[in-house]
Parts: sequence; structure tokens; C-alpha cells
Amino acid sequence: MSDAVIVSIRALKRSFGEVRAVDDIDLDIREGEFLTLLGPSGSGKTTVLRMIAGFEKPDSGTITLAGKDVSQLPPYERDVNTVFQDYALFPHMNVLENIEYGLRVKGVSKEERRTQALVALKQIRLEGYEARKPAQLSGGQRQRVALARALVNKPSVLLLDEPLGALDLKLREQMQIELKALQREVGITFIFVTHDQEEALTMSDRIAVFNHGKIEQLGAPREIYENPKSEFVSEFVGQTNRIELDGKKINIRPEFVSSAHSGAGDRSIKATLRDEIFVGATTRYLFDTEPGFSMISTQPNNGLKIGDAVTLSWQREKEFLVQ
Amino acid sequence: MTISRNARLLLASLLGVGLAFIYIPLTVVVINSFNSSRTFSWPPQEFTTKWWTMALDNTGVREALKWSILAGLLATAIALVLGSSLAFAVSRYNFFGKEVISLLVVLPISLPGVVTGIALNNAFTKQLGMSTGLLTVVIGHATFCIVVVYNNAVARLRRMGTSLQEASMDLGANGFTTFRLITLPNMASALLAGGLLAFGLSFDEIVVTTFTAGPGIETLPIWIYNNLFRPNQTPIVNVVAATLVFISIVPIYLSQRLSSDSSSGGRFS
Repeated sequence: MSDAVIVSIRALKRSFGEVRAVDDIDLDIREGEFLTLLGPSGSGKTTVLRMIAGFEKPDSGTITLAGKDVSQLPPYERDVNTVFQDYALFPHMNVLENIEYGLRVKGVSKEERRTQALVALKQIRLEGYEARKPAQLSGGQRQRVALARALVNKPSVLLLDEPLGALDLKLREQMQIELKALQREVGITFIFVTHDQEEALTMSDRIAVFNHGKIEQLGAPREIYENPKSEFVSEFVGQTNRIELDGKKINIRPEFVSSAHSGAGDRSIKATLRDEIFVGATTRYLFDTEPGFSMISTQPNNGLKIGDAVTLSWQREKEFLVQ
Repeated sequence: MTISRNARLLLASLLGVGLAFIYIPLTVVVINSFNSSRTFSWPPQEFTTKWWTMALDNTGVREALKWSILAGLLATAIALVLGSSLAFAVSRYNFFGKEVISLLVVLPISLPGVVTGIALNNAFTKQLGMSTGLLTVVIGHATFCIVVVYNNAVARLRRMGTSLQEASMDLGANGFTTFRLITLPNMASALLAGGLLAFGLSFDEIVVTTFTAGPGIETLPIWIYNNLFRPNQTPIVNVVAATLVFISIVPIYLSQRLSSDSSSGGRFS
């Protein structure tokens, strides 16, 4: 990753009827980075992606790709490729023909494109599947073919529109790791759209959090998580205890709140356990505190029983303020 | 859904009665075309192929067959071009009056043929000053042939969605290349099904044909109608009717197979 900017978005706007889907966005995307557009559905993230790809025209504003204004160019004149949410593999072509398609329409010779497609096929570990039709592949395999079909063109930017959304949890986690590794390997800029905060935190170099057509916060995953700038970001990216202590508004993540008697932090508060929710590796404990508000603490299962009196504690430095 | 034994029996017998009403008369026509008795005494005592040979040698029948095939092919060709273009316009673009156009395209299939026929005849001969002939028959048939092509094409385009086209353009293909390499191959079976159906409709149409064909043109159904009450032609009429049944069944059968192939094959799932 370098500091050079590959995609530069300025004052981008797009409305659908009365709805301002994208409302005056500025964003610089660096060469070789993994940038995630994160937000709930309808927040404008997909529309931004589709405008970079060229499927939607902006109402106003510019999109610059490698120094060239591409805002008004059709998709086939932009050096970007897309992995679609439903993969959009061509049903009448086999795996190899799908992967070769981009090279074919650009006039690359038959032998040359075959060689490159086979390399791409190897990269996604689907050797031997050349002659299969998309309908004969599993979801995960289709996903990988869609990826190879895009990457074989060596675009300067790869756009990914919720590509893992249709996969089951286990496969999704595996693909997150593979995708991140692949991105490092090929060194191409990835712009990834998702509504899954965990996915965003796992894979990204930077995250742009979208809400109502605007970017609420842009930063590294750790920064977004530990220092959310707005209530929306703190709520959307992880859970937050929002409490008032000594007349001050305080935010603290549930996993930083401990109920150990040792008192691991410089803040402490008396509480009783009201409820617990088992979520696998951890348990979410819901406490009623002495000052009257409730707090959640996420910890490994520690054998507390409902009604137990404890002291909740945390470190001040883990608290954060929001606007 | 489970149904009781009695209800099942009742449904089965109703189905049987329904099918019998439709197919027994047709079967009788086909069998009679091989019945050696000139008066068609029933049950047939002896079978023969002499009526078939006679029909094949009959110039009137051969002419009529030629006109029917010609009119069917031309009407189908027009329907394919116009029906699929309309389907593209309606399913890919938004414009004022889209719903109305969609309805207007489909309407002719439910209009009474006699009305369409008289209206077309009037338009051709009075307003446009054309003389009736092959061209007017073809245009008349195209009005309802377009409907089946259009319906097939619209259904397929809807199922295809837009993402295949987007993916193609994303990979560097312009609109024309995308149409040639992606859209058309994925539409082909729907268009073929629509075309076969259109040909089947045109081939056995009589009402609109009556009003749009001039004296020089006799399609097979019209030939039958004209010869039905001439006693010495009855054996040949049976043969022609049997032929019509066969030629109409084949395209419909193929078209059904084509449509169900692609809907159950999960190609767009």
C-alpha cells in the first residue's frame, strides 16, 4: 500500500426520486488498500460502488480514477471490475469461458487468454472445474469464479458488492481470510461493500461508515471501533454501554467491563446480575447498577448466577466520547 | 396437499371426461382419414392410405399447404422481431405509458377474430387502398403472433434480471457485444418457444384469414371450410384435418418442452 490516491471522489451526489441516496461525499482511496464501505441497507454505500463501476451516473460531483475523470464514462471504458452480490456468472458459459470473457471482448488471442484464465483458475484453487457450468457449482465455488473472472483483467480497482452475503457463516469466515490474503498477493485496490461490521473490522485497512448517504467516519478498523466519532458509529460497529456518571456522558464497550472482584480498572460501580445471554465463546451479562441504569458486560462464562452482587469495573482510558 | 379418495376419483373422472370431449372427435377424424369406406361407416371395416395419396396429389391441397406455411413463417418472423423489441423496451426502460403499451400488445389475443378480421379488412381495402393477398394475411396473423413472442420474451427478460448485462459491460463489452454474447444466447430458447407457438397459431387460424385473404389465397383451414360440404371431397378433408392436427401439435409440444426446460433447469437461480 502506498499513499498515492487511485480513486478520488468529490462532492458526489445521487438521488432516487425524493431520496438522497448519496449526499455530497468526498473520499480518497489509496492505491493497494482494502477499503470497506460499511453501513445499513439504504445508506448509500452500494450506490457509491455502482457509480464507481459506471452502472449509475452521478447527479453531480466527480469520480477520478488514476487521475482521469471517469464520472461520465460507460462501465466498459473504466479500468475497474466488479464482483457482484449474486455473482452474475454467465449461465450459458462454462467456468473457463466465464473467466476468459473480459479478455475475449478486449480482443486477447485465444491461447493468451486461455493461459491467463488457467492461472486465475489455479489462484482460486478450482483446477479441473474448467468445463463446469455455473449451475453445477456450489455457492463458494461460484463466488471464487466471480472473483477470478474479475481479477484476470488486472483492473486497477476491484469492486466487491457484498460478495459474501449469500454464503453460510463458516464459509464466509473462511472466504474473509482468503479474500484478504488474495488482496495482499495481487496488490490491487479493493473496495468492499458490506453491512456486516465484523466482516469490515476483520478485512479492511480502512473503513468508511455510511449513514443516510453520508460518510459518518473514515478510519482504520481499530480507530473506528475504539474511537467512534458518533452515536451511530458506536452503535453500528459493536455494542456500547451509554451511561451517565458524575454528570458526564460516558461510553464503554461491554467487553471492557469486568465483574471480577479484584477490580481490574480505575472505574468501579456496584451492580447485581439481572440476566445472561449465552452466545458461545462468551456470555453477555446484563446488570442493574446501583445508580439505576443497566450495563452489559461481555465475558467468558464465569459462573455468575442471577441476583449475584458484584462490582463492575473498567479502565477510564477505554471510555470514549461521541458527538 | 392431500385429498380424500372420493375427491380424487371424482377429479380423475372429470379430467377423463374433459379430455375425452376434446380428443375423441379428433381421434375419429384421424382414424377416418384411413377409413376405406367412402361413407365413413363406423366402426371402420377396412383401412387404406388411398385418401392420403389422393390428398397429396390434389393441387388445391398442395397450394393451400404452401400458403399456410408461407404465411406462418412470415408472420412468425415479424412477430419475433417486433415482439422481442417490444419486450426489451418494456422490461429494460421506463417511459410514459409503459403499462398501457404492455396491455395493448397483449390485447389482440383476446379480441374476437371476427372483429380483428373485419377491422383489418376495412383498414387494408378502404383506408389504405391495398388489395388483399399474402401480405394482408401475414399482417393479420402477426397481430396475435406478436403476443406469444412478447409474453415469452418478457418472462425470460424478467427472470434474467439486469446483472448479467451489467457484468458483461463491467468486463469491457459494449452494448452490442453484450447483446450478442450474453442477452441473445440466454433469450434463445424463449424466442424459439415463442416462435413455434406463433407458427402454430398462424397455421390453424381461420377467422382473421377469411377477412384478410383475397380470392387468390386459400390456407389449409380455409380450404377445409370451402370443401367441407362437397360430398366427394370428404375423404380428402379428413386427411387435411388430420395433417393440421399433427402440424399444430408438434410446435406446441416443442415450445412447452423448451419453456419448461429452462424454468426447471435452474439456469438463472
